[in-house]
Amino acid sequence: MSLLMAFLIGGILCVIGQLAMDLTKHSITPGHVLVGYITIGAFLSALGLYQPLVDLGGAGATIPLSGFGHGLAQGAIDGAAQKGLLGVFSGGVEATAAGITAAIVFGYLAAVFFNPRG
Amino acid sequence: MYEEKNEALKAAEKQEYKDLVNRVKPKPPLLVNCLWAFGVGGLICLIGQLFLNYLLNIGMNKADAGSATAVIMIFIGALLTGLGVYDKIGEKAGAGSIVPITGFANVIVASAMEFKKEGYIFGVGARIFSIAGPTLLFGFVASVLIGLVALIIK
Repeated sequence: MSLLMAFLIGGILCVIGQLAMDLTKHSITPGHVLVGYITIGAFLSALGLYQPLVDLGGAGATIPLSGFGHGLAQGAIDGAAQKGLLGVFSGGVEATAAGITAAIVFGYLAAVFFNPRG
Repeated sequence: MYEEKNEALKAAEKQEYKDLVNRVKPKPPLLVNCLWAFGVGGLICLIGQLFLNYLLNIGMNKADAGSATAVIMIFIGALLTGLGVYDKIGEKAGAGSIVPITGFANVIVASAMEFKKEGYIFGVGARIFSIAGPTLLFGFVASVLIGLVALIIK
């Protein structure tokens, strides 16, 4: 059941990105999609609108980059509650540190080991 | 008289041509694109859910299992990009391969790999952030703004 919900919610989130790309005369690049998802995900999360999606879709809501924004936002909110102003700055990255570091380290290794084709 | 007829004929021809163009022109593949995005994006998230379920089953707490799942998916995305497989999927899947976190790994590897000839420090090292940089920047700015608001309304 969790697999089906992950498929559905994840699929729907991707379709929204596809519509944004197709209905805007190709001015939206993958970079814009990623920036948009992380930012919109963070603000939806701050308004309490993203957690219900996570409860419903599990990885279907956390694997899309909006889920990364959700992690940043919740981290900052928790940080603010626990450590005040310092937590505002540390909380977001603390909550998403594993993903950020993995992306940069694995990204670097892949770029070193492989060569572009075509 | 003759000229008038000519004008009417021209207009009719124009209309006929327009109709023909409309008939022959390929329909915007919006629906097909969306189906691909839905299928591939959904499948990537389903694979993520498989890892998440496994990690929760072996007793990891929710937050750690989520982080570990992200790390695994990023690894897979980076590896498939290096092997040239991910971009093949992306040609069809569009946003279905961009929106998931594997797509974040994909743009990181793709932009870094492209500038290998400029060296490992200022080629790969700098260009790795050409799309990851703006993404992280706006994410961090949003998170600090949100944290500040949370601090104020607490």
